[in-house]
Amino acid sequence: MQQDSKHWYERTYDWIESRVQLADFVRESSAHPVPSKTASWWYVFGSASFVLLLLQIVTGILLATIYVPSAGEAWNSLQVLNHQLPLGWFLRAMHGWGSNFMVAVVLIHMMQVFIFGAYKFPRELTWLLGVCLLLMTLGMAFSGQILRFDQDAYWGLGIGASITSRMPIIGDQAVHLMLGGPIIAGATLSRFFALHVFVLPATMLAFAGLHVWLVLKLGINEWPTPGRLVRRETYLKEYHALTKRDGIPFVPQAIWKDALFAAAIIFAVAFCAAVFGPFGPTGTPDPTITQTAPRPDFFFLWIYSALAFLPPSVETPLIFIAPVIGLGVLFGLPFIAGVGEKSWYRRPVGVLTLLVVAVGLATLTHLGTYAPWSPHMTAWTADEIPDRFVHGSTPLERQGALIFKAKQCHNCHALGGLGGQRGPALDSVATHLTEDQIIRQVIQGGGNMPAYGAALSPPEVTALVAFLDTLHPPNQLPATDASRSIAETDKPAFKEPVESTKP
Amino acid sequence: MNSDFDQHRQEPDESASASAAIAAPESRVAGRRNFLFKLSIAINAFIGLLIATPVVRFLLGPIRPKGAYDSWIPLGKLSEYPEGSTLLAFFRNPTTNPWDGETGNVACYVRRQSSNSFTVFAVNCAHLGCPVRWFPQSQLFMCPCHGGAYYADGSRAAGPPERGLFTYASRVDGDTLMIQAGSLPTLANQARLKSPGDCPGRSSANSNFQLVKEIAPCSKTPNTGTNEPTIG
Repeated sequence: MQQDSKHWYERTYDWIESRVQLADFVRESSAHPVPSKTASWWYVFGSASFVLLLLQIVTGILLATIYVPSAGEAWNSLQVLNHQLPLGWFLRAMHGWGSNFMVAVVLIHMMQVFIFGAYKFPRELTWLLGVCLLLMTLGMAFSGQILRFDQDAYWGLGIGASITSRMPIIGDQAVHLMLGGPIIAGATLSRFFALHVFVLPATMLAFAGLHVWLVLKLGINEWPTPGRLVRRETYLKEYHALTKRDGIPFVPQAIWKDALFAAAIIFAVAFCAAVFGPFGPTGTPDPTITQTAPRPDFFFLWIYSALAFLPPSVETPLIFIAPVIGLGVLFGLPFIAGVGEKSWYRRPVGVLTLLVVAVGLATLTHLGTYAPWSPHMTAWTADEIPDRFVHGSTPLERQGALIFKAKQCHNCHALGGLGGQRGPALDSVATHLTEDQIIRQVIQGGGNMPAYGAALSPPEVTALVAFLDTLHPPNQLPATDASRSIAETDKPAFKEPVESTKP
Repeated sequence: MNSDFDQHRQEPDESASASAAIAAPESRVAGRRNFLFKLSIAINAFIGLLIATPVVRFLLGPIRPKGAYDSWIPLGKLSEYPEGSTLLAFFRNPTTNPWDGETGNVACYVRRQSSNSFTVFAVNCAHLGCPVRWFPQSQLFMCPCHGGAYYADGSRAAGPPERGLFTYASRVDGDTLMIQAGSLPTLANQARLKSPGDCPGRSSANSNFQLVKEIAPCSKTPNTGTNEPTIG
């Protein structure tokens, strides 16, 4: 026969193919027709997510060859990766930036699918799997942050445990289950390691495989056209007619955009890794170091912000009810709105919802980057009082400025843009609080300010208030108590009104 | 594939006796195989359950009854804590593994009100567990996460926490300060309804049990929210 004229590699291929018999399936799958309009740059985010997942698996396996999942050694092994092994830092950076890009691309993919109505009949299950994949991606990001096992990871676990402990009835048990014991320690790291390295990646690969299989079986979502409604009875027939009339083979006519975008994303990950380097680790996970201000990773900043703004009375119910509602909406979406209009031109509620959610999350994330609700723990020693606030002041007022620093007022109140933002900036406090009101506020607190009556001696209060009363613009007089002024002026005029009117 | 195996199985039967083949009609063989198939599923389900039971028990292993992880441990000599001061103190958690490293250490704040009166605060903020920092100058505990603040006696001063700082039960044993510790202080193990049996410094693990046996009056320890001077 012709057998002998074939090259050795062709013969090897034939030998394998006659046994696995996959060639026909691969040929059919790759050549399956897709609507020509879907060969668009809008349709590249799903494949990019999958490529990023593969990148994470490869870089993750490489990191696992060095990483030690032990509470006592994890941090040291990251230092070895960062500083001693050739390009260990680069692999850590690739994995870290790959994680950020993956969360971002998965979110964009989800928004695109939502806005294109791709979750509608018959692709409901594809959407459900996608929601699970999003949750697992976030789970990977959170558990990955824990494997970095630094101060942020340690206290992040503490926050996780605190939230878990608020569960009614089973709170204590749930905390022990989450931590693997009574405290955050070796067992905690080990179980998050198992989750991050075995459970979640394996599940994600299986889910992603099924997700892609459904896309192959049901066909890629057609470009939404206003007025073309999805009906359960007719949709499949219409879709097949469309791919027959207007279809192009997925390979090579549509896939090249996916391939180019995937390459660009991987390059972007490598670029960020090379330029910005790896994430942390920050300080050692030593709970006896209380001089720390834990912050979550970027994609969890919005939760951090939300928890700062929730009123205490509704905090616990909201922490547990809001996620259930959110997940309920995500999982219920294809069943609530499984048919009908796909085009964004005719779905104002959907578009507005997406906008509100996106703007809300972006705002909370932005707030989380500078956390105005947190006291600046080092402001009282690190930040200065700008010169203009103490220029030409009396010895008493200057003593007050010192007390402002020494009693940590600066940690929560800014002056000239320096200091904490927990409380209002005091640049012009004298214009809207009279001297008596300032005294009352300092001593009794209130409006979310602690009372300093026990921590300040009367002379200290006098000096501090004298300083605060100078804080007004030169062309604006400080607030005065009208009744008191009258009382003062009715008396024989032997001195100035009580408020300082220093220019 | 299956049919190949079937034929191999049937061959000896046929060669043994030709009449037996007629006596065992195809339907009876199929019925038996269906039964055996169902039986194999049932046996596998049983074995699976048998294996799942220890697996679930293993996974739930860390769950212990309330207070089971806690024990009384020394926190140093009384002389280490001057009267009127609040100091950061450390201890090794009573239950640790050798590979826990420094995560097995725990920090707490010891406040000595008078010669025999101590309050030991957890560093974990009652809001979400971040480490609060003590500022002796302003006599405040401040949390770096969401801005919770507490007064020197641990009561809530400002911010999102709904309650005061968590405390460890403490007692004075000769010249040693003892505290009851062992698990991460959270709302689940620290938030208790106040009952007549609950006193600061008394073991809280079986306070309800105590309550049934005897309703003893609390010892004269200053409760939270006193006006006693806190600056020296």
